[in-house]
Amino acid sequence: MSADFADALLATDGGCPPGLTTWNGSAPEKRFAVYRNNVVVGLIDALADSFPVTQALVGEEFFRAMAREFVRAEPPRSPVLALYGDGFGDFIDRFAPVAALPYLADLARLEYLRILAFHAADASPLTQEALGGVLADEAALPLARFALHPSLFVLASAHAVVSLWAAHQAESDARQLAGLDTTRAESALVCRRELAVEAFRIAPGAACFIAALTRDASLGAAVEQALARDADFDLAATLALLLRAGAIVGITTPRRTQA
Amino acid sequence: MDAIPLHRPARAATKAAARPRSLPARAGIGLKPEHFREILDGTPEIGFFEVHAENYMVDGGPFHHYLSRIRQRYPLSIHGVGLSIGGEGPLDEAHLDRLARLLDRYQPESFSEHLAWSSHGGNFYNDLLPVAYNAATLARVCNHVDRVQERIKRRMLLENPATYVEFAASTLDETEFISEVVSRSGCGLLLDVNNVHVACTNHGRDAREYLTALPLDAVGQIHLAGFAEDVDAAGAPLRIDSHGAPVAEVVWELYCHALDMVGPTPTLIERDSDIPALPVLLAEARHAERILERLLPVAAESAVS
Repeated sequence: MSADFADALLATDGGCPPGLTTWNGSAPEKRFAVYRNNVVVGLIDALADSFPVTQALVGEEFFRAMAREFVRAEPPRSPVLALYGDGFGDFIDRFAPVAALPYLADLARLEYLRILAFHAADASPLTQEALGGVLADEAALPLARFALHPSLFVLASAHAVVSLWAAHQAESDARQLAGLDTTRAESALVCRRELAVEAFRIAPGAACFIAALTRDASLGAAVEQALARDADFDLAATLALLLRAGAIVGITTPRRTQA
Repeated sequence: MDAIPLHRPARAATKAAARPRSLPARAGIGLKPEHFREILDGTPEIGFFEVHAENYMVDGGPFHHYLSRIRQRYPLSIHGVGLSIGGEGPLDEAHLDRLARLLDRYQPESFSEHLAWSSHGGNFYNDLLPVAYNAATLARVCNHVDRVQERIKRRMLLENPATYVEFAASTLDETEFISEVVSRSGCGLLLDVNNVHVACTNHGRDAREYLTALPLDAVGQIHLAGFAEDVDAAGAPLRIDSHGAPVAEVVWELYCHALDMVGPTPTLIERDSDIPALPVLLAEARHAERILERLLPVAAESAVS
């Protein structure tokens, strides 16, 4: 019985499942529509909360129509609704009406990574002093492995998603958006420092380096991969950024462990 | 007169130091992220806070940061919206594990869930969907409540639903069904007075008769909320449990009537959409508290006699 009811919740025909009754004999479709509306509108609202810049880029009306399609195609699989929307970026990639906005899917992916970062586990960043101790031991350095903050994510995009996102924040102005070349490739570093999620625009080499560290590569191996990707890769600047972002929570070298 | 012993027995001392095991018979409000800082900065006078369990089933970050600090200062009720106790399939054990961890972490004075389903076939519908009332569904709901209470090692409260349709497959009244669940499983009742008004309006019942038919001895908490107004296909009033408006006068009246029967009971003002400024919610809670206070002298007398 729940199967009919559940199917009708996401159906578009305005009908209702069999077996419903009403005390006054009124047609049950209108009453059933309360449930359908609660479900669909509630989930669209949840997506609107999680993807505000995606919504700003296409307008509220279009966004809600697109979100409605997503809700019907991929309803949540978990009652933890805060994390609903994994897959919205892939859905947008396949959603023909937005083919003219090739950056939209990655923008949605960036917003989803911000949600993941917001709710990720807590961890204490290493201090500059603790890191300095390890960095001073030059012989051991290439073998060092970094534990990064659970809220850290890297997104490499063929579009200027970090700039686009930043241009839609309250403190930005219209000129930022007007001069934006959306076809410029950008990579994002997303990380939560204490209670606030930050997104930094990083160079392709830095993105490659950090992604390697998250796969537990040694520092030496990560540098090699980064240099192969981008000859201008700047190790010192990238480590400084990770420190400033509070993204390094532990270091292991063959000789010692800092955490 | 006996001398007062200087040292209480160890067991009593431990008991006294532990948190009270139930919510105070005062008014509380739902805890909303937009009010986190204001609550920590001002520590407003309020009986308790309630949170939706699922909102806090995340690993870390601001939600836990603020809830852990606010919880240190106030009694807490955790209210689940995703267990799908009325669901056809078995309970989602992974979800139950998340819930058990959350309850373990925050040690709330109360945990409650709904007589409804929200998941089917692996999908989560994010709404409290209606259950047919018959022998088969009764056995299933009782099994699910038993499993929840066994897993979380505490008594839960089950909330009466706001519904918009009924089922041809129902053979029991809603009040009979709830009474049976309470009596078989030993769970308590979360009496949602707004839901009583909404359900009775939507199904042409008398709200006071409905109330009287509930297992009122088991009421552990009361919910009050606002509803939206619509009409059904025949033009009859259809009330929608929106949680998006102040508590309506008709619900306040029904609340007074319910309190006359159940006595002073922890009372939550629920607001989940169009959330107003904190002082507006605190004022609504104070209104509930003034109604509760009218009953307290009576309660004190009956406790003495």
